Amino acid sequence: MSGLLRIIVQRLLLGLVTLFVVSIIIFVAVNALPGDFAEAILGQGATEEAVTAIREQLGLNQNAFTRYATWLGGAVRGDLGVPLSQALFAGNFGTTATGTDVITVVDQIIPRLKNTLFLAGVSAAIAVPLAVTLGVLTALYRNSAFDKAMNVSTLSAISSPEFFIAYILILFLAVLNPVFPSLSNIFPGMEFSERLNRTMLPALTLTLAVTAQMMRMTRAAIINLLASPYIEMARLKGLSPMRVIVKHALPNALAPIITVIALNLAFLVTGVVVVEVVFVYPGIGQLFVDSVKIRDIPVVQACCLIFAAVYILLNLTADILSIISNPRLRHPK
Amino acid sequence: MSEPLLKVRGLKIEGRSDETWNPIINGVDMDLNKGEVIGLIGESGAGKSTIGLASMGFTRDGVRISEGSVVFDGVDLVTASAADKRALLGKRIAYVAQSAAASFNPAHKLIDQHTEGPVQHSVSNKAESQEDGIELYRRLRLPNPEEIGFRYPHQVSGGQLQRAMTAMAMACRPDLIIFDEPTTALDVTTQIEVLASIRDIVEQFDTAAIYITHDLAVVAQMADKIKVLLKGDEVEEADTRTMLANPTQDYTKSLWAVRSFERPAKPSVVTGSTPIVSVKNVTAAYGTVDVLHDVSFDIHAGRTVAVVGESGSGKSTTARCITGLLPPRKGYIEFEGVQMPLDYRRRDKNQLRQAQMIYQMADTALNPRKTIGETIGRPVEFYLGLKGKEKRAKVDALLDEIELEPTEYFNRLPSELSGGQKQRIGIARALAAEPKFIICDEVTSALDQLVAEGILKLLAKLQDQLGLSYMFITHDLATVKSISDEVVVMKDGVVVEQGEKADMFTPPHHPYTDLLLSSVPEMDPDWLDNLLEQRGVDNIGDAAVDKM
Repeated sequence: MSGLLRIIVQRLLLGLVTLFVVSIIIFVAVNALPGDFAEAILGQGATEEAVTAIREQLGLNQNAFTRYATWLGGAVRGDLGVPLSQALFAGNFGTTATGTDVITVVDQIIPRLKNTLFLAGVSAAIAVPLAVTLGVLTALYRNSAFDKAMNVSTLSAISSPEFFIAYILILFLAVLNPVFPSLSNIFPGMEFSERLNRTMLPALTLTLAVTAQMMRMTRAAIINLLASPYIEMARLKGLSPMRVIVKHALPNALAPIITVIALNLAFLVTGVVVVEVVFVYPGIGQLFVDSVKIRDIPVVQACCLIFAAVYILLNLTADILSIISNPRLRHPK
Repeated sequence: MSEPLLKVRGLKIEGRSDETWNPIINGVDMDLNKGEVIGLIGESGAGKSTIGLASMGFTRDGVRISEGSVVFDGVDLVTASAADKRALLGKRIAYVAQSAAASFNPAHKLIDQHTEGPVQHSVSNKAESQEDGIELYRRLRLPNPEEIGFRYPHQVSGGQLQRAMTAMAMACRPDLIIFDEPTTALDVTTQIEVLASIRDIVEQFDTAAIYITHDLAVVAQMADKIKVLLKGDEVEEADTRTMLANPTQDYTKSLWAVRSFERPAKPSVVTGSTPIVSVKNVTAAYGTVDVLHDVSFDIHAGRTVAVVGESGSGKSTTARCITGLLPPRKGYIEFEGVQMPLDYRRRDKNQLRQAQMIYQMADTALNPRKTIGETIGRPVEFYLGLKGKEKRAKVDALLDEIELEPTEYFNRLPSELSGGQKQRIGIARALAAEPKFIICDEVTSALDQLVAEGILKLLAKLQDQLGLSYMFITHDLATVKSISDEVVVMKDGVVVEQGEKADMFTPPHHPYTDLLLSSVPEMDPDWLDNLLEQRGVDNIGDAAVDKM
């Protein structure tokens, strides 16, 4: 088990390095965008003086390296800075909170992140059991009409654009049969059941987007094992086909399934922009897109870091679970 | 006489390849009474396993029973529904597979796999069946019967797993067990323990059994009657003693005769001559664990030194040290009196050329995408610098030497060759470097006996023609007897005995050599009984504990 611990620590450290590299890439990429916050916020009224004034007040006139170093220094201490949109500058016509009420990037992101994680959690709670169950069933009844129907329908779902699926679901589940609300504008202090109810449509949309891959991997991983001598042995013991697959094939097929599940969970956190926009769901994806629009670099960077961290952590979790799922590593000789 | 327990009539089985169904079994009959053991023997491709599985009404993917009936206690398994068959499988008909290591599910403990059958078939509950499992482990003389079942398959040795699988097959006290080469993957000393255990328990519970093997000596110990198969046809069937004493068919006689090949003895080594290869006090390690301890032996020109021992004894590791693949931690290797660099990367072409290898698995040792001409041509070009017509002529000559027609085989791929032919290509590839010394690593153990004999004869002929020296790694003492001049016996990385073959096969022996020699099954049906009596039955269990 100490070996496992060493792997975890090693991977976490590697994860930090990855995050650092990601932060550089993000910084360079965002700076490569045409225009900056001052131009974006002033829009048509961007006179040269006003632009220069805002740049000076926000420190945007410093060279890129200094800005990056300052930001990184703060980030290491857990201070991701203040969103440019909330900062004190001349063009911010009295909307800025003063003194102690300054809204930081962290303040802005946390509630959004919570909403996104809630949506991802609900989607995963539906999609993962569904996908694994369907994977087992399609492996059990492989090449049957059921198997083919399932493959065709999940593949169609994953091939359609998410907004299209979203509108179809709205049409059938909100407009024609008002089961769920079409708007998912949740807010703090809302009752859990109500929150869940409003989250259902985006969650279902995401479920349709991620089920196919997990299901097909489960099916493939199981079928891959069916030629193994121990599966033949299980069949020759007169066990039912269902038991052969669930009890004898599935436990040995876990590693690839876990990896694909982790990738899809990461997608649920980082790839939900379109779905959030369609359902007006106040998640981190919307915040991210809005911040890119106005070149609000601190927020964009913070979002990217979070996305990267989610990927790294989920992959790490998947690797650890894969190791644990292998009895050879769990019970050394 | 009452109806037999298992009655197979006109069984025909087909296998699919390239979208057509081709016959594998061409109409076989078989009767088996309660408590009777039948041995199915034949070479690979004879259809032994296919018949074994078909006796359970089971066929592998891409195989089907096309005609005939398999009637078990009044039920025709060919026409029975899947549910009806499931009710019999595991409960009244059980299966013991060739590789227990692969046939136990790696994800579950042994005892959980043991109790699964009885619980699922409602023969008993989990606690009862667990207790019974421990009792069976005890009867099969597994060490720590109380505890061993709570381990995972990878934590248990091969011979013990094979016995645990026999226990599992016994869990529902079936009327019939199919043993599919249950000892083929085991060392000879382990094989005896498993054979004795299987025979005891089959007798105790009066279980009928189909015992599948390619090893005649093994089947002689186990079976009441023997059926010989060849390419899906029955050659003959008779009770064991009759079959061993008076086989009527030529094919059976040829099988019986294989073990008789023996090279005439060569004159002994002139004292003072420089050996081709000297292994000098070699100690080698994988990681931090020493696996070879102070190994020394010489191989002289034109002679064959057999290195014998069970799996894990360090035979192949010694070969890796000689070729420089695994640089020894202490000691060194000499070729013709000259010390070699330890690491193969620091040896020059001429030094590399001196030691060539032929591998156990000809299948995996040949690049499946290279034609035979390319495979053999590569070392010809690399070591001898021949190109174009000269290279082609050399490859043709090599193919001639291994008795394969050059024009026919030059452009073939390995997949178009039989196992024996592939091994011949392996030999030609080693010869292409024009070495003085070749390491043969279990080159015949994956081959049928008749084919293996052909390979041994070829190697002997090449040795006579070219004056080659061989280091012949094997666990099969029959092979040692037939071709070696000197023998090195290894155990746990140590040379326990070495000397001329004649000395090795005459007493007194080192106790371990003695154990190895006496463990090789003989064609005498009373061999196992006599041996067990000699050793004292209880010692077998102890031997198993020692091996832990």
